[in-house]
Amino acid sequence: MIIGVTIVAFGVNFLAGDPTLVILGGEPRGMTREDIDDFRHEMGFDRPVIVQYLDWLGSAVQGDFGTSYRYRESNTAVIRDRLPNTLKLAGVSLILSLIIAIPLGVLAAIKKGTFWDRFSLVIALIGQSVPSFWLGLMLIMIVAVKFGLVPVSGTGGIEYMILPVITLTSFSIARNMRMVRSSMLEVLGEDYIRTAKSKGLKNSVVLRRHALRNALIPVVTLIGLDMGALLGGTIITETIFAWPGMGWLTLQAIQGKDLPLVQACVTLMATIFVLINLIVDFAYSVLDPRVRLS
Amino acid sequence: MNKRKKKHKKHDWLRDLRENKAALVSVIVLGIIVFFAVFAPLLTTQDPNYTNLRVRLLPPVPFEGSNPEHLLGTDSVGRDVASRLIYGARISLMVGFIAVVISGLIGVALGLITGYFGGWVDDVIMRLADIQLAFPFILLMLAVLAVVGPGLWNVILVLGVTGWVAYSRIVRGCVMSLREKEFVEAARAIGASNQRIIIKHLIPNIIGPVVVIASFSVSRTIIAEASLSFLGLGVDVETATWGKMLSEGRLYISDAWWLTTLPGICLALTVLCINVFGDWLRDVVDPKSVER
Repeated sequence: MIIGVTIVAFGVNFLAGDPTLVILGGEPRGMTREDIDDFRHEMGFDRPVIVQYLDWLGSAVQGDFGTSYRYRESNTAVIRDRLPNTLKLAGVSLILSLIIAIPLGVLAAIKKGTFWDRFSLVIALIGQSVPSFWLGLMLIMIVAVKFGLVPVSGTGGIEYMILPVITLTSFSIARNMRMVRSSMLEVLGEDYIRTAKSKGLKNSVVLRRHALRNALIPVVTLIGLDMGALLGGTIITETIFAWPGMGWLTLQAIQGKDLPLVQACVTLMATIFVLINLIVDFAYSVLDPRVRLS
Repeated sequence: MNKRKKKHKKHDWLRDLRENKAALVSVIVLGIIVFFAVFAPLLTTQDPNYTNLRVRLLPPVPFEGSNPEHLLGTDSVGRDVASRLIYGARISLMVGFIAVVISGLIGVALGLITGYFGGWVDDVIMRLADIQLAFPFILLMLAVLAVVGPGLWNVILVLGVTGWVAYSRIVRGCVMSLREKEFVEAARAIGASNQRIIIKHLIPNIIGPVVVIASFSVSRTIIAEASLSFLGLGVDVETATWGKMLSEGRLYISDAWWLTTLPGICLALTVLCINVFGDWLRDVVDPKSVER
């Protein structure tokens, strides 16, 4: 799996054909064929592709992702500065999303067909339809510029995080809420819930001990998916709010055709995502004995 | 696409639609948006790219300092916002529909192959799907577009080619269970070829879920295109798109609210209507088969 990811990340180099010409920006004037060939040799692009890949992979495994063209610094160092910022943003968003989505989803399921259900469905629909970057811009315009409640962009204390987190988390709150609702509804229809109720257990006990526990199992999978969406979402969110994290770094690297840095960022993000999903799969089998047995 | 298809469908679908107010409203709004997009040259008086610095940053009509010639105001170089929005609808819808058709065709084909034949082809394709899912979607598109360069058809192709996974997974799942059904067995027993079984027996049975996924993909694709344009890697510089209007308007966020508000409303409204319509479609087609 991770090997596949690295192949794709490495392939970025060759999407436009000859990486030498991409870096030099077409056929630059004042450079003879020989100059270009020298440069190509210096960069190692004249070796067979498989050798280049293995060479790159070999160093990558040892934590060496090469040197960024733009920062003239090792990619590992550049990323090490930015990664904590992104993890902070994505982590807070993930937790917030679960804290908000689970109670609302459960509420919507218990009170199916009432005002609360409709209310949460409408919120979910809007949350899934409003593009996050527009939401971010509107928040900046209204909350930061007009009322001056929080800073427009940058990093610092907690007040800098409020708007980026709202922007990043809106979509996942909406999606998680719907998932929790449908999963809860499904569980509430099961026989064991009826049994529990007919035993004379209190409603709250049935909900907490029997329904919620089972309904939250699929939600664990969501955390994995969410992490992917959040990591991708940081590209836009960080750019809007000038948040110095991986997402913004990646975008700048892509725009500046800083190929080694792009490869490093892509590989790292995808690896994080794959690892989180592995952990989720593992957690799944711990939480749900049925998965273990089958 | 879906809208037109629906009109030819059986009558009770229409009655169903009339009963669901939200879906009905969203179909009407979508109809209006499509109308504007199709007849853009007839409905706009100004060229969306005509710049006039003497009328730059005019607000929309009811506000002070507005000009009735520019109903929705002008942007930083005096281009008419209303015409740009209408032409932007063209791009959004075109990218959304064409990309979804491309990814639908690829996805359904691969899903049929993997679900029906299984074996190593199945393993390879599904592994590919896993790898693609492991990449944050937007990152992949950005990386590809950065190297192939921006442009309308590049965006459509990238969005189209990267969107196949959702279809293949659903189609594969459906086909794997259909394959074991009696009617397929019966068809095979009377000597029908694989090709005939797939075309005559499997495809009609998977059309429902596929149309539902397609409707949600359209909205997702429209957002993706706007995001790419917003980040400066979408359709080329000349064309008016909602995403690009937003990124240009971002610079004037404190003096010209309409430049960021209006394109966003168009975008959100379009996507909202498609989603409401998709929800309704899912309930009609099969309430249980497709999870979002």
